[in-house]
Amino acid sequence: MTINGNTQAQLFGMGAEVPTASALYQAAERVRDAGYSRWDVYSPFPIHGMDRAMGLKKSWLSALVFIAGITGLTIAAALQFYPSSIEYPLVVAGKPTDFFTVPAFFPIMFELTILLSAFTATFGMLALNGLPRWNHPIFNWDLFKKVSNDGFFLAIESTDPKFDEESTRAMLESVGAKHITLIYGD
Amino acid sequence: MADAIMQSREAAAERLKRAPLVTNNRSMSWITNHVASCTEKPAPTWWWIAFTLSSSLALVSVFCIGYLISTGVGVWGLNHPVGWAWDITNFVFWIGIGHAGTLISAILFLTRQKWRTSINRAAEAMTLFAVVCAGIFPAVHVGRIWMVWFLAPVPNSNAIWQNFRSPLLWDVFAVSTYFTVSVLFWYTGLIPDLATLRDRATNKFRKFFYGIGALGWRGGNRQWKHYEMAYLILAGLSTPLVLSVHSVVSFDFATSVIPGWHTTIFPPYFVAGAIFGGFAMVLTIMLPARAIFGLHDMITDDHVDKMCKIILLTGSIVGYAYAMEFFIAWYGGNMYEQYAFINRATGPYWWAYWTMIFCNVVAPQLFWFRFFRRHVLSVFIVCMFVNTGMWFERFVIIVTSLHRDFLPSSWNMFYPTWVDIWTFVGTFGIFFALFLLFIRWLPMICIFEVKAVLPEADPHHGHDDQAHAPVGALKEVAH
Repeated sequence: MTINGNTQAQLFGMGAEVPTASALYQAAERVRDAGYSRWDVYSPFPIHGMDRAMGLKKSWLSALVFIAGITGLTIAAALQFYPSSIEYPLVVAGKPTDFFTVPAFFPIMFELTILLSAFTATFGMLALNGLPRWNHPIFNWDLFKKVSNDGFFLAIESTDPKFDEESTRAMLESVGAKHITLIYGD
Repeated sequence: MADAIMQSREAAAERLKRAPLVTNNRSMSWITNHVASCTEKPAPTWWWIAFTLSSSLALVSVFCIGYLISTGVGVWGLNHPVGWAWDITNFVFWIGIGHAGTLISAILFLTRQKWRTSINRAAEAMTLFAVVCAGIFPAVHVGRIWMVWFLAPVPNSNAIWQNFRSPLLWDVFAVSTYFTVSVLFWYTGLIPDLATLRDRATNKFRKFFYGIGALGWRGGNRQWKHYEMAYLILAGLSTPLVLSVHSVVSFDFATSVIPGWHTTIFPPYFVAGAIFGGFAMVLTIMLPARAIFGLHDMITDDHVDKMCKIILLTGSIVGYAYAMEFFIAWYGGNMYEQYAFINRATGPYWWAYWTMIFCNVVAPQLFWFRFFRRHVLSVFIVCMFVNTGMWFERFVIIVTSLHRDFLPSSWNMFYPTWVDIWTFVGTFGIFFALFLLFIRWLPMICIFEVKAVLPEADPHHGHDDQAHAPVGALKEVAH
């Protein structure tokens, strides 16, 4: 089977559609158990428990955010302590400028912790997802437009060591998938 | 006998069933079509009228700000001792409104309140636009706005370094962080929905615009995994942030020595008031939007009911704070403090004080009754009272505390000038113009999250074990 009559293009993988979220969940368990490694399921919304059904580990975005938070805290502490207590103590209304004024620095330490963490959460998520990107071979599959509406899809990439046109097709058929299609890149 | 027991059990189980979050058994594609089409159909006539009016009003504000900057802050009615009046009142008013959006998007997310899904997008947008309006006032009230960069800790040769022990500087960091994080949170939530609009786009312009916005989102579970973690983290970060912003705003007052401001109750009292006023504004803009776009199946009467309950709760907290301020003024035995409060209720600004009490404490008490929570018009009227009352609350706190200085010879009244009035009125134009643009260009309901609370989104939907699952134990987006 070909897309747009183009057989010369690089094969991306094999896609298939299932009717519901629960069918996708069950299909994912079967594909996982069949030992595939380079594949994904696509849905209009995140499906509860799908990470386990696919055998995925927890996202490590949280580790990145933690590091960013510590960085923000450190920057804020340095930004305030060094000039305000050591280099250029600013005496306002005769109040002290020593270490014991530290509670006055807490709000900005908090704010910068949050700020850097939030930037890292958003941009870290995009980086881990390989976004932004202009295009992706799976968008060559016409049916795939439904994924952001009510479509549930699986796609097994041709680079998967277990990928084999016939056995993969048979496996997808056995989980009840429809519209099994070979997807080509540009 | 046994049959009767079974029947009554079944009847009880029926009553305990949770109402569906999306009514009339709507399908996923119905939700997509219904929400996305609001941005796809040509703009209706009412939209053009509303947009023309609000953007004209916005221009009035822009003109007033231009006049203020080119002439000086003397064009406002400020005097000695009332050095802060409408400017900071408006700032606190608008920034408070923003808090409801973050509460809905972050705190209700962490507490697994799934009904938030159909209102969080618009509420978050409201947050951003309210903070835009809020940010204008502290920026222009400095007078010489071209020196506002002194607020930033930039090494310079003027021998100036910021006083990091000043709550006014905390405020700069708090509000700018709040705005930035709100934008990030909002945009993160928008990415999958922008992908929906991209996939539905029929012309080149929309394809390009939404395609860029969606950043190439594919909806694969390997993406959702990081996405959900990011969303959870952002909610976790926004929760303390939203509580801190209005606390820091209240520090502007509480750390001073002015009677009427120097109280420890301010941070929680300000936060409760912010959520209170914010929910009223959410309802003020969502009720007309719901009626116009026919979104009753997603924003149901239950949603309105729940928001009314939050208004009742936070309004009662605010009422408690008003009472406690008086109690502490008496119990603390400080005569200046006592004078400040007696003067608030009986002095020349008594009308502002009692307007505040009526709007914020008395009016929301109607929400004890289900009838008023379910009746759209009464909800709307109470919300208008709350909107008014919350502006008066800030006016009362700021102006009545300042107008009686320590030296009676300095006592003075505050009278707003036309510039004061039109700058403030104009910010409503900015707010509504931005909101109208939002509902035309972006999905005002979070499409993917609403789908996720449908029964068929549950991966175990339709299985045998469903009988054992509690009714309403739907799919949870959080993990």
